[in-house]
Amino acid sequence: MSSEQPDYTQYAHPERLVSTEWVAQNLETPGVVIVESDEDVLLYETGHLPGAVKLDWHTELNDPVRRDYVDGAGLAALLSSKGISREDTIVIYGDRSNWWAAYALWVLSLFGHQDVRLMDGGRDKWVAEERELTRQKPQRQLTEYPVIERDDSTLRAFLPQVLNHLGQGPLIDVRSAPEYTGERTHMPDYPEEGALRGGHIPTAASVPWAKAVAADGTFLPRAELEAVYLDAAGLKAGDDVVTYCRIGERSSHTWFVLQHLLGFENVRNYDGSWTEWGNSVGVPVAVGPDAGELSTVGAAR
Amino acid sequence: MSLPAELAEIAEDFNAMPENERLELLLEFSDNLPELPARYADADLERVEECQSPVFLTVEVAQDGDRTVGVFITAPREAPTTRGFAGVLTEGLHGLSAAEVLAVPDDFPSMLGLTRAVSPLRLRGMSAMLGRIKRRVALEVRA
Repeated sequence: MSSEQPDYTQYAHPERLVSTEWVAQNLETPGVVIVESDEDVLLYETGHLPGAVKLDWHTELNDPVRRDYVDGAGLAALLSSKGISREDTIVIYGDRSNWWAAYALWVLSLFGHQDVRLMDGGRDKWVAEERELTRQKPQRQLTEYPVIERDDSTLRAFLPQVLNHLGQGPLIDVRSAPEYTGERTHMPDYPEEGALRGGHIPTAASVPWAKAVAADGTFLPRAELEAVYLDAAGLKAGDDVVTYCRIGERSSHTWFVLQHLLGFENVRNYDGSWTEWGNSVGVPVAVGPDAGELSTVGAAR
Repeated sequence: MSLPAELAEIAEDFNAMPENERLELLLEFSDNLPELPARYADADLERVEECQSPVFLTVEVAQDGDRTVGVFITAPREAPTTRGFAGVLTEGLHGLSAAEVLAVPDDFPSMLGLTRAVSPLRLRGMSAMLGRIKRRVALEVRA
């Protein structure tokens, strides 16, 4: 087990990231709630961090009827039932290099939860370090999380806003290369989340999410992240950036990198992503490895 | 199409539990998924492409009067939901006749009462496994 602590002060908002070691030291700290958020809905039940609470994106953070997240009352009921207070420090971790953990963090950010962080390296790193897991579910006291209306205007983009954004600011497409070029209409191994058309939003730069992480799932040092997003993808300080993927989970991961690690102040995640855009009538689509022209933009505005 | 007694019983067990406890039963199936027999250790099994984790399966159809079916599925421990689905199908289908397996409704996964606890998207992995099992059995019977 490595006791070496990464230097998070290199990042724009170092308070957004904690190490597995920090979490191990703070499992019982009052005011700190550890939350597991996974793609696999049963992974938490097979063993989780001692005291950790489960938060499922599919079945809990989503509205059961509309394609949207729960509203203020829904979130208040959900977090109250889990024993989470508005003042708590929430530390989220999960499988798949924290995709769903980042997604949950982003959704909580829409409701302005002040102190919400990621555990660097996610569940896999904790397991690799042979740290403790338990099947014992925590008994937390119910809380009264306040009803806060969701702010969809600051960190979130809807399709009409993305259309207006074309030509005005950069987009980052975080999907795999075959999804970007249009060879595939779904992610490798995820055929159920397909779209009728393949390709990408014209002008979007292709930066697959994995370019932000090291082999152990932890985030790359800031200088390396800058090489990826500034030098290679061409983002500039002050840019108004929109990220997207297929349903918004991988792009939440990239949103986290841009917003919290690199310090971009205007980053919006387009959670409709390709499963909306690639099924929409009349929107411009570019295929192939090039970002594409804006010539067809306007048709659907 | 009719539900064989074994699968009907599993579906009943799930539906008899409060919704929030059904995942615990799925976890039991996940924990108890049998290991592949040694003869398949190095075999080239069919990959279930619809599943997000490496899941492989094969079937055996005996040359007896019933054409008795054997079902073998492997899925990694890091994918317990998929393992749980594999466990349900193995326990419910293994030892049935080919005709019974082919008569299982394709929407059996939706009968488990897991739609809300697991989410419809995730249940599609199970439908894919069932579909592949039935297709392989049909091929064997025709061969």
